[in-house]
Parts: sequence; structure tokens; C-alpha cells
Amino acid sequence: MQERIAELRAAGEAAVAAATTTDELEELRVQHLGRKAELPNLLRDVSKLEPAERGIVGKAANQARQALQAAIDARVAELQESELDARLIADRVDVTLPGRSEPVGGLHLLTRVRRDIEDIFLGLGFDVVEGQETETVHYNFDALNHAENHPARDRADTFYLAPSPALDGDVQRLLRTHTSPMQVRHMERAEPPVAIIVPGRVYRPDSDATHTPQFHQVEGLWIDTDTTLADLKGVLLSFARAIFGPDREIRLRPHFFPFTEPSVEIDVSCHLCGGTGQLRDGARCPLCKGTGWIEILGSGMVDPNVLSAVGRAEYDPERVQGFAFGMGIERIAMLRYGLSDLRPLYENDVRLLEQYA
Amino acid sequence: MKAPMSWLGDYVDLSGLDATEVAARLNVTGTELDRLIHHGVETPERIVVGRVLTCEPHPDADRLRVTTVDIGADEPSQIVCGAPNVAQGQVVAVATIGAVMPGGMKIKKAKLRGQESRGMICSARELGIGEEHDGILALDTVLPDAAEIAPGTPFSDVLLHADDVLDLEITPNRPDCLGLYGIAREVAAATGAELRPAPWTAAGAQAAGTTVGPGEDATEGTGAAVDAAGDAIEGFSLEVATPRCPRFTLRLFEGVTVGPSPLWMQARLSASGQRPINNVVDITNYVMLVTGQPLHAFDADRVAGGSLTVREAVDGERLDTLDGTTRTLRAGELVIDDADGPTSLAAVMGGARSEVHEGTTRVLLEVASWDGPTIHRTAHRLDLFSEAASRNAKGLAPEQVDWSQALATRLLRETAGASRVGGTLSAGSWNPAVVPPPLAVREARVQRVLGTPVPRPRQTELLDALGFSVTDAEPDAPAGTGTLQVVVPAERRADVTREIDLIEEIARLGVVADLEPTLPTRRRTVAARLSPRQRARRRAEDVLVGRGLQEVVGWSFTDKGAAGRLGLDADDPRAAAVVLDNPLSEDQAVLRPTILVSLLDVARHNRTRGVDGLRIFETGTVFRDTPDPRRPDMPYEHLAIAALVQDDLFAAKGLLEALMDGLRIDDWAVEATDEVAFLHPGRSARVLVGSGEDAVQVGLLGEVHPRVADRWDLPRMATFLVDLDKLLPLVPEQRPFRAVGAFPDARFDLAVLVAGDVTAAKVVAVARKAGGALLEDVSVFDSYRGKGVPEGQVSLALHVRLRAADRTLAEEEIGGTREAIVAALAEQVGGVLRG
Repeated sequence: MQERIAELRAAGEAAVAAATTTDELEELRVQHLGRKAELPNLLRDVSKLEPAERGIVGKAANQARQALQAAIDARVAELQESELDARLIADRVDVTLPGRSEPVGGLHLLTRVRRDIEDIFLGLGFDVVEGQETETVHYNFDALNHAENHPARDRADTFYLAPSPALDGDVQRLLRTHTSPMQVRHMERAEPPVAIIVPGRVYRPDSDATHTPQFHQVEGLWIDTDTTLADLKGVLLSFARAIFGPDREIRLRPHFFPFTEPSVEIDVSCHLCGGTGQLRDGARCPLCKGTGWIEILGSGMVDPNVLSAVGRAEYDPERVQGFAFGMGIERIAMLRYGLSDLRPLYENDVRLLEQYA
Repeated sequence: MKAPMSWLGDYVDLSGLDATEVAARLNVTGTELDRLIHHGVETPERIVVGRVLTCEPHPDADRLRVTTVDIGADEPSQIVCGAPNVAQGQVVAVATIGAVMPGGMKIKKAKLRGQESRGMICSARELGIGEEHDGILALDTVLPDAAEIAPGTPFSDVLLHADDVLDLEITPNRPDCLGLYGIAREVAAATGAELRPAPWTAAGAQAAGTTVGPGEDATEGTGAAVDAAGDAIEGFSLEVATPRCPRFTLRLFEGVTVGPSPLWMQARLSASGQRPINNVVDITNYVMLVTGQPLHAFDADRVAGGSLTVREAVDGERLDTLDGTTRTLRAGELVIDDADGPTSLAAVMGGARSEVHEGTTRVLLEVASWDGPTIHRTAHRLDLFSEAASRNAKGLAPEQVDWSQALATRLLRETAGASRVGGTLSAGSWNPAVVPPPLAVREARVQRVLGTPVPRPRQTELLDALGFSVTDAEPDAPAGTGTLQVVVPAERRADVTREIDLIEEIARLGVVADLEPTLPTRRRTVAARLSPRQRARRRAEDVLVGRGLQEVVGWSFTDKGAAGRLGLDADDPRAAAVVLDNPLSEDQAVLRPTILVSLLDVARHNRTRGVDGLRIFETGTVFRDTPDPRRPDMPYEHLAIAALVQDDLFAAKGLLEALMDGLRIDDWAVEATDEVAFLHPGRSARVLVGSGEDAVQVGLLGEVHPRVADRWDLPRMATFLVDLDKLLPLVPEQRPFRAVGAFPDARFDLAVLVAGDVTAAKVVAVARKAGGALLEDVSVFDSYRGKGVPEGQVSLALHVRLRAADRTLAEEEIGGTREAIVAALAEQVGGVLRG
């Protein structure tokens, strides 16, 4: 009996070793270990043996069956590996075919630049606040120290809203011409010190390649007891370098704005020609027109009259002071991305927008 | 404001400074250069004085003459000339070969109808020094000693006819720089060059090589000049009947011969952009350009009754102004009457009736100062911003009146043969005895504002250069303390009224150029960060970008017809557009009442350019003509986000689901509606956040109504519109953390038949409730009508997931829950289990 077991085991192991496919092995498994195979049936018939032999034969048959099963498993694993390798080789594709299309969206250039500006000023310690786009003459002009005959109030420079029977109050309404109304609106509700920027859409009746009747500004306001013009320069120098590159310089050029005193325009050294006014080939720099400087924004120390217009003792101009600035997001975008015409930004041809996204 | 360098050089010593250097210094001290112009002939050295030796008709051209002209060369030059007035013996200006004329025309040797021509005999207009172009400029008729000038003499030696001109942008606070002497003062302060005495003073006349007569010296400074000739003019009277005219003065001149003004004056006016007209008008313009103070000349014999009254107009009054227009006036605007009624629109434009004309022999010269805002309003309403009106609209100092009277008096005498009769009539609300007190400038304050110390002696030096009178009240006070007392000169009085205004003067001249930058300290003890709302807005935008949408930025403006194209009734709240009073065009006459308008516009623009499969979104403000609850006196506006995709409702809903998920808003739902005019009535919904009575409608979802899409030439488009002002405050700062559970879930699917009007949301709600505590999620994954489903019913396939936190679910629990769900569906929505 034991010899038969050894025979069966040897025959099985030889067949397994000779098998070349997993299918063949499955057949061998059925043949040698299946319900009708001899070896398992030997085991089934162990009870018919002499008690003394039962243990020995049972153990041998069991060992043989396990050994055969292990041999099959090992051989299956071996063959599976090589079969997989073969299958993978056969499964070769042309990797240069295109991928399945996934739409790629994008932010509008103006949003990207706005976020950049916001992030830079957050890093400089400014909070971000926003305001409404319709405004009163009071907040847009009067509270900002604009003389009654200041030209910005003209109908050629400001969109006024038609009188509306639906609205209360005898106020003259307009579309804000700058984000500056939020200076006084914010100070009315917040205690000093104040450090804010105000990004938002503004409106002026202008329309040409570099002016659109709606555009976007970022206002800045910093009020404390000891904020100086030198601080303004430091903040705007930091900003200019973050946006236009670490080698940039700025210069303050005195100007006039009704709501700041002293007022300065900020020029940044030209990032195209490095401030030399000349390109490498000696040609006049087209961006700064040979001056080496590009005007980027208007700013100044907040006029005491603006602080007084807040109407709160906390903003007594003898106690607090500070600076304000206002920049055009479109202007920054134009300078940084070399746009010469603003109008495509509002035409929104997605094929153009995607290039800036 | 155009400042010819040679003219400016009369008032400030510009030796060693060219126009570029002057402009550069002005640019960094507050006066921006608009552009640098070269006025006149571009090669002035090629214009020489010539003498016409012979002048014969051209043999082959009736209108041409052939001349020979001595231009100082060995041989006379033959020049063919078309001017009718050219004649033998004339002294003329000749553009020689190689000359480049204004506008770039180059003079070359030429043959005109067969006759050689070597140069051009110039007209005043060709030289850029006047308007005369009917004939050549015969110097012997306009220059007294022309016959003495040797042929070949550079024309520039005779007349400065070509010049660099600074075109400066004068800020609205600096009307003093609308006069050349004011600019000269700025140049002196900015460059250190020497300022010469003002031309309306005796010293100024002397510097110009002449002397003053009576009434021709208005000493600088404050207070009214006193006319030695008295304060009366026989036959003339003056009354000022309004407080809006601080000062009005009149002088009378006789023996005036109206004719061309001297060539040098015409050349200067031309270089300044003023057209020469006649000597009287030219003098008023010339003086205005020097002083900044406008003047007006009346024909004294056309001032009815010799009486002038300045008064406020009554509504509807009419007046013929000298531009030939009849103007209707409004109450409060200022007019000047003579005995026959209105004769002049005060400070803005003279009247036709009293205009100086060729036969005028007596001139009544008005110089007055006005209430700026009043004049600004009038000029603005009538759109009459002449050089004079725009200066008067600034509200000039009453002292400037004397400067203009003095200088004009001298020039009328010197160049128009005029002699003054009588004294100076003067009236108005100005009281010269009221002198504003000096302003104090604290040295400590200067440092506190600018962030750098400026010692008082340096402050004094800077202010002094600008014409301020400075006294150091305590010269011994230590550095960083002490106070200066500063008297503001008349021409700066409107601009400089406070300490801070003087600090600005100190800063712009002496500090700004090399200020060391510093950084301020944030003293708010919380780090600067975007607000939760601002972060949520960015997240919303980023979610849509992540789903492949392109952000667009549309116009806030639209036309009045937009609401109609959207199918909105006139009484729909969304149709109540905010209307602009002064739109740029009808296309931009109102503000968009919904953000869908600009999205549809952008979509159409892209479609017509061939873009297909459009997926766009926009964040922006929309407006309605109804009170804003936050500001009742202002129109309602809110921030909206909206997507528009060339797809069906479920595409838009998927995007909305992503948006809500990205914002961590779980408790939201849609509710079908057919009441939104611009959406497909069977495929649109209101978007609600919250449940029950607390639910807030935050937006709309749906396919664009096919009729509306058609009006924008668009195919099927789906959209969602969300009011971010409502949604963002509902965004939770964080979502409570929920353990995933260590035990496996159990999943099964159910298909139920329900009546066609039972919504998926209802079925899910019933299933969820019936699933009880074990139910983790239930969702619809298929909805089917058609073959195998009875008419009027729908088969909904539900995917159910159960889980317990503390155990693996037993078969009985799973089966029990399944049965409970099936039973609830049967009972509450008539659901029949399929298959």
C-alpha cells in the first residue's frame, strides 16, 4: 500500500514538474487529487485496513497528498508569473496615443492677479475687506476731501445713477469711481489701528485700448499713531519686488490727490529693460518709453480731512495718521503679462483666457 | 499747460539747463511732463532773412512768380513763389535747401513748371508763428528795422520762432502753475535756478528792458494794489451784486488801433497753443498765460450806458455769447449786465454785443476773480471750458487781478498805442484787510508724518524757494522741536491752508526723492488672514476650476432690453434694473439684474467664434432697483457665482453638488419650479439650504429656457446661479469629524416602481428615515421609464449602505432593515419592489 502511495506521489510530482501551463496543472490537480483520483480514495479506504496499518498508511497518504498539492501550488505560482510576463508583453500599447480628455479649467487673469496682490498684502499684515459698487457722492467724493469743483465729479468722469423712486433718501448715487470709499466706511466701523486692502470693481466713463468703463482696483489703508511716508515707501517697495522681481526699485513722485497729503505717485523701475531705458540691442525700451520707470499707482498720507470725515474721536488726525494707496489690477496685469489692450480681458474668448490660466 | 522754454527763460534763469533737464526736475517735484514738444521749424538754423531782388511772373503758370532772393550768398537764389503778395524789395524769411519745416516737410531743390526753385519764402503759418497764410511774411511790414537786417542773417536772430515747449500736466490744486510765472517759480525751486522779478512789477519791466508807467506796477504780495490814478473812470460805473464775485476791476484805454499784435507776441502765443487774433485779444491771452489770471476786453463804446453790473442770473434768461450761440441761463449763474441787459456770461464767455472788433478804439479791460465752484458749474453745464473759464473755475486769488491789470496796461501802451483814461474801478466782496493768519509748522510733526527728520533751517529754505515767508518762532529750540510761522503767498492761498499742506511742500521738494523705506508694525494682535467668507469664495471658484470650467469676467453693464430677452415680466423683481443717468452707450445703459446676462453674452461671443462645448463660470455683483436691506438708501446688490455649460440639467447639478460639497454644505436640496422665466419650465429648480421653515433659497438651477437660449444664438445650455452673499455665511468653518468605523458596511440595491410624480428626493427621504440608525447612505443610481415599466410610473434604483460603529452587521439586521425600507416605500410612496 505504501509503495502505491509512493508511486502515485512520484508520478504526480513528475507530471507537475513537466506541466507547462496553469490549465494543465488544473487538469493534473483533478487527475491526482480530485474526487475520482486514486490517492484521495486511498485515504477514504483507510478505515477498511487493519487498525495497526491505518495510522501508517493514513499518514503516508496524507503526506503524499499534501506534498502533491504543494508541488502543484508552487508550480502554479511559477507558471502564473511567467504567464503574466508573457501576457504583459503581448498587452503592449502605443503610449504616444492621447490620454482620455480631462477638461482643465482656469481662473480669469484678473482673478489670478487679484489673488496675488491679496496674498502679498496679507503677508505684509493687511486684512482684506470689500465694499459695495454703488455708492453715494458722500463716500465717493465728499468724505474723501474732493473739492466741490474737483473734475473727478464731472459727469464725463463718473457714472451717476438715475434717480429711483424705489429708494429712500435724498442722496446722489453713483458707481464708485475708486475703491477709496471703503476708507471712511471701514474706519466708521473699525477701531484703529487699521491695516486693510480693498479689492473690487470700479467704474469710469472711459473706453479705449487701455481704459474700460469697468475695471478693478485694490485700495490700501494703514492707520496707526506713527505710520509714516517712509512706511508707505517700504510697503510699496516690498509689494513691487514681490510682483515685478526682487531687483526692482521704486521712486516716489510728488503728485496731487484730494484725499492724501502729501501725495505721491509710485514708479517702479522697468522690469523689461532693468531700469536702463534701453533694451540689450540699444533700442529704446517700449514698456517704460526709455524713462526706466513705470508708474504703477497713486498714494500718499491720508489727508487729515478724511480722518475727520470719519467723525469718531478715535480718528482725531492729531492722534492717528497713516497712508493710503490705490492701484489698478488691470494695470498690474498689463505690465506683468505684457498686454497692450485691455478689451480682450472683457471679451472673454476662452481660447485666450485659457492661455493665462 | 504749454511752457515755451525761451519764454520761461524770461522769468527764471535757465542758462545751462535744457528742456529735458528742467522737465526731469519738475517731474520729481510734482509737475509731470505730459510731453516735450518742438514747436516750429525743426531746423531753425536753415531759415535766414532774405531780400527779394526781382519778382517776375512765371512764364508757364499764372499763379506763380519767379523771384531772385539775396540770402547773403555769393549768388542770389532763384525761388518760385505762389504767394500773391510777394514783391520786389521785400524782406522775407527764406527756408533754404535742407530746411525741415513744422510737420516734417523738407525743402529741396525743385523745378516748378520748368523753373528751378532753391528754397521757400515762408508765410507766418509755415513758420509756426501765426495764422496768416494768405501770403508770405513780409518782415518789412511787421518789424520796424527790417530794412537794416543783412540778408543771410539767421531768422532766429531776428525772431525766436522755434522752441522747445514743455507740455506740463498741472494738478487741479495748482492754478498758480496755469501761469508761466508760477511755473518759473517751480522751476527755480526745483533746480536752484534764479527766479527773476515778476513781469508785472517795476523790477520785472526793467529786467525786460523797459519801464513801467502809472498803474503798471503791481507789487507782489498780499493786499490790493493802489492805483495812483484813482478809483473812478468818467462815464463808467460798476456794481457787483453777488457775493460770488470777490473782486471785479475795470480800466479804460483810448486810442487803440486794432491790428495784428507784434510778431514776437504772435510767436509766443503760437508756441503756447494760442491762435493769434488781434493785438487786444492777444494781449489778454498773453497776460493770462503769464499770470494765470484771465482778462476780458470789452469795446468800451458798446457797453451800453457805460455801466456794468455783475449779478446772478434768473432761471431761463438768455444771452448771445461771442461764439454765436444763444445760451439759456440758470438761477445762480453769473452774468454781467450793461444798460441794455446781459452782455457777458461772467468768467466763462464774453457776449457778442460788446466784443472787440476791427473798428474798436476804446477798450474797457475787465479783470476779476470769482467763486470757483459757481464758475465750474456753469462752464460744466454749458461745456465751455475755455482757457479762461477753466482758470476762473479754480477760484483765483483777488491779488492776481492787479497783476493782470498792471501787465496788460503796459503791453497795451507799448504795443497797441493805447493810453489809459481815469483810474481803476473796483468792486466785489473781497476785504483785503482780512489777512489769513500765518500757518504753524511743527518740526516734530514733520518728522512724525514723513518718517525722517527735516531741520527747521532746511524747511525754511525749501518753503522760501516756493515764495512762502517763513519765520522761526524759536530759533533756539532744540532739533526735533520748534515751530515755523509761515505766510502763504496769495496765489497759493487756496491750496495751502493747513500745516499738512506745508509738510507736503517740504516733502515734495526736499524729502521724497531719497526717503529711506521702513516697514510699519502691525499692532492688531491677530495675524492677517482672509476671512472665512473670502476663503470660501476662493474655494467655490477653485472647485469649479477643478471641474474644468474657465472663469470669465463679464460686464456689469447691459442694455435695457436684457430683462425682456430673458423673458422677465416688467413686474418681475429681476427686471428692476438699476439705470445709469449718463451711460456711455445704450448697450451699457443699466446694470445687470442677473449674472446670467453676462454669461450668456460671453457664451454667444465664444459660440460665434466657433468654440464648442463651452464650460464657463463667473463671480460678480448683480444689482436691483430695490432697497438694499444693509443700506436702505442704496440699490440692492449681491455677489453671485454662476456656471453655464453646454450640457443638460444634470451636468449643471453635478457642478452644483461639487460646489456644495467643496463648501462642506450638506443640508441642501433642490425643489422643482416652473416659475423662472429664463429657465426651462420642466427642468429647473430652486436651490435651498437648510430644511423646513428655516430653508433659505440661495439660487437657481436649470436648463436655460430654449426661447432664451435662442435669443443668444445658443444651443441647450444649463446653469446654476447662486447668491454668495446668502450662501457664504452658511458655510461651516469646519465639518464635525465623523469616525469611519472599523467594522465593514453592508450594501444592497433596491429597485422600486413608483408613480411618475414621486420625486427621487422623496423616495430617498423615506428610505433614509426607514433605514434608521444603521443607514449610512442611500442614493438613487438609476431612474428608468419605458419598456417593462408601466405607463405613468418610474423605476428608481437605490443603492443602500448600512453600517454599525461597534459590530459587523448580522444577516438578520441587514434583512430587517431592508424590509423596513421596502415596507416604508410601499406605504408612503406606493413603491413596488421590482424583480
